[in-house]
Amino acid sequence: MSDFRTPLRRVRGLGSAGGTEHFWQQRLTALANVVLITFFVILLLTLMNESYEGVREAFANPFVGIVMALVVFSATLHMKLGMQVIIEDYVHGAAKLPLLILNTFFAIAVAAACLYAIVKMSFGV
Amino acid sequence: MSDVKSARPLSPHLSIYRFRPTMAMSIIHRITGSALYVGTLLLVWWLVAAASGPDAFATASAFFGSIIGQLILFGYSWALIHHMFGGIRHFIWDTGQAISKETSTKLAMATIIGSLAVTVILWLGILIFG
Repeated sequence: MSDFRTPLRRVRGLGSAGGTEHFWQQRLTALANVVLITFFVILLLTLMNESYEGVREAFANPFVGIVMALVVFSATLHMKLGMQVIIEDYVHGAAKLPLLILNTFFAIAVAAACLYAIVKMSFGV
Repeated sequence: MSDVKSARPLSPHLSIYRFRPTMAMSIIHRITGSALYVGTLLLVWWLVAAASGPDAFATASAFFGSIIGQLILFGYSWALIHHMFGGIRHFIWDTGQAISKETSTKLAMATIIGSLAVTVILWLGILIFG
């Protein structure tokens, strides 16, 4: 049987498609997290003894708001990817798919709640 | 694997291996990652409380300032620092460096010693200057 398609064309999109992207996003968010979470820890240290008003004032700062949104985005994507690997490694059978779905939902829910709080505080309401 | 019922040989599992620092760091990387994952709920609580108002913020602050809260934050900070050092170790390996048996064992030891040291220094700083 003759096939005029190249070998690359035939395998593209098959197999565990997306593995490279998963790896790359995991590494990219890891690199971002080193910078972003270090910022967040330093922010927490400066706010440690701060009053409610002081914390709200800090979060009303545009720089803090933007970087905190990036912290949440990068961290929740990274943890979603990491937990996905753990589930795929250890869970085989009926529970695997529900857990993978739950993992995605959890990461998005955490991100949504954090971003809501950050946006609300950024606008000072 | 769950569907395999015959007596075909399986590859050896965890229990036959000798304990190695690299193996321990691999396991701890996953455990700290999982702990950080669950612990993001604390971040949600703190941020949403601060956004909600003074009463909710006071409740959250009281928890994080309590003995239990401080112990959780201590553990969480170590998990964070350890996971970061473990990640940096992976970045070094990604460049093809430090993958020999001897060097990777030293790197594994450096990860745990470094994370414990930085965590202790961080909290000593909080105690002294906080």
